[in-house]
Amino acid sequence: MDKPNRKAWLYLLPALVFLGIFMVYPLFDVLIYSVEEGYNSASQTFFGVGLYNYSYVLRDPYFLQALKNTFILVIITVPLSTGIALLISLGLNSITKFKELFQTIFFLPYVTNTLAVGLVFMILFKKTPYSDGFINLLIHFFGGSTVDFIDGPYWAKMFVMSFYTVWVVLPFKILILTSALASVDKDLYKAAKVDGASRGRIFRKITLPMISPMIFYLIITGFIGAFKAYADEVAIFGTNLNAAGMNTIVGFVYDMLYGDSGGYPSYASAAALILFAIVLTITVINLLVSRRTVTYS
Amino acid sequence: MKIQLQHLTKKYPNRNKKEGGDIIAVNDFNFTIPDGKLIGLLGPSGCGKSTTLNMICGLETPTSGRIFFGEDDVTDLPPENRGVGMVFQSYALYPHLTVRQNITFPLENLKGKDKLTKEVMNEKALEAAKLVQIDQLMDRKPGELSGGQQQRVAIARALVKRPRVLLLDEPLSNLDARLRLQTREEIRRIQKETGITTVFVTHDQEEAMSISDEIVVMSAGVLQQIGKPQEVYDDPINLFVAKFLGTPAINVFDAAVKDGRLYIGDEPVLETPGVEDQDVYAGIRPEGLTLTEDGPFSMKLIRVEVMGRDTSLICLSPFAQADTVRVIVPSDSILDPEAVSVRFTVKPAKIDLFRKDTEERIRL
Repeated sequence: MDKPNRKAWLYLLPALVFLGIFMVYPLFDVLIYSVEEGYNSASQTFFGVGLYNYSYVLRDPYFLQALKNTFILVIITVPLSTGIALLISLGLNSITKFKELFQTIFFLPYVTNTLAVGLVFMILFKKTPYSDGFINLLIHFFGGSTVDFIDGPYWAKMFVMSFYTVWVVLPFKILILTSALASVDKDLYKAAKVDGASRGRIFRKITLPMISPMIFYLIITGFIGAFKAYADEVAIFGTNLNAAGMNTIVGFVYDMLYGDSGGYPSYASAAALILFAIVLTITVINLLVSRRTVTYS
Repeated sequence: MKIQLQHLTKKYPNRNKKEGGDIIAVNDFNFTIPDGKLIGLLGPSGCGKSTTLNMICGLETPTSGRIFFGEDDVTDLPPENRGVGMVFQSYALYPHLTVRQNITFPLENLKGKDKLTKEVMNEKALEAAKLVQIDQLMDRKPGELSGGQQQRVAIARALVKRPRVLLLDEPLSNLDARLRLQTREEIRRIQKETGITTVFVTHDQEEAMSISDEIVVMSAGVLQQIGKPQEVYDDPINLFVAKFLGTPAINVFDAAVKDGRLYIGDEPVLETPGVEDQDVYAGIRPEGLTLTEDGPFSMKLIRVEVMGRDTSLICLSPFAQADTVRVIVPSDSILDPEAVSVRFTVKPAKIDLFRKDTEERIRL
């Protein structure tokens, strides 16, 4: 090894050591756990090696429910939150009065604690012996029949969950998109105006391509974040997500490790790796699609 | 297409709320740009020349006044309906589109009966690209082009719709010195070939003088002088124009007229019959002094710079406004390089007198 190369490795060493201990080693450990059948964490024993843990997890109705919940959440919230964030950012970008005020308001959820916000949502939506919750009062006022959003039908719970998720992820997306919009060269808009492009065409042909790297970034991180959803569900539906029918994949992993029915690191590991495979697949698909649609200048 | 500006004025609200009032960027402009000419709008930064260009383009609306293209009043028309092509200082090429797509972009925006087929668009784009000699680069992205090539793409895009008026905002400021020289000749050639009335903005007087049919000198939102470059250079109407045009700049002296003679210090340098006795500014072009052994005007010689074609004498005068006075003499002038003091005679055509109070030119 020549000298500059050795030097380079030396500089990389601290990062490599920490990544190795806290990222690579656990990853392999999880992989090993996931193929050890009947692993007992107390006695550190197992019967054999195979894919039984995976087949168990994939047949577990709680896991399938969690998988379904997670997918619904992802499919609803990622496009919706990105779209709404784009609309709001375009609005923020075109106003001049009170711009800072609105930016601050839209950014507030980002600096607010998840559990506190979850509590607020619960109060808004929950039916108690004393009150039907604010949203139900509204529905009632407009002549609808009230719904129990927290302990009621599945679609109602999923609605609250999606609503909450979109609302929580919006501020960050708005922040990114407003700065992306602001960084588009104003001369391009002037040139397009002189060239006679309509507003719609300017948006499609100039604005969108110019901010496409940022939109792509938000979609990828949005997918990853939504697949890893867990804390928000706990904030609204409590810790027993299986009973509420609102568990997610990460929630399932947690339950398998530490929950009331927990103590199965092998099942947890298998579920975690299934999630990993899903996220990896989606990200690769995203990357492939982006090659054709995203323009980096 | 003849362009006529009538009482064109642009005011902006003052950003500094305490001061209040409006900032006048362009103040009561009146002038006519003849058909098929190349006009340079010239002035220091902040003088309102870009605002004027933007108003001709339609990107900014005048506070008052009218703009005519030929007989048409275009004041209230948006840029796309004026038939203008604009080249921005930053070129403003669409970075995600190829050169071809950049040039066809204005054509794709045509609607209704003006709509073109893909073949016609490509044909027109190629024609425009050939004019600026970038037809070999049609499939590149702007990021893969040099500054000069990007500039050409911007010009091709501005020309592809065959505009009535071509506008260029500081077209050469982003190019290096050698390319600047080449590109300004190119702009001149393209303008001659197409015959499109062209207005360009610059703060570089050499650039404006070298290619313009006429220059418009502006200062602080006020039009100072319009004319052919040489005329404006030889016959400035005030001290500002005299100082702004010419490199090296004109040398300005504190002087006085007494009994029909111009005195710099106590040396009578020029006969000025018919001028009232008063203190004046005397502007002498660097080429306006001739070395003469017993000439009336003397200065201390600091340094001699040999340029080959001619020679610059760097002199010192207690009456000069600048720290040093630069005199350009032919390289075959006889000069003792050891001399401490040199004497000159003044070429009457190369000296202008200006009133001390208004800085207006005093006609001799």
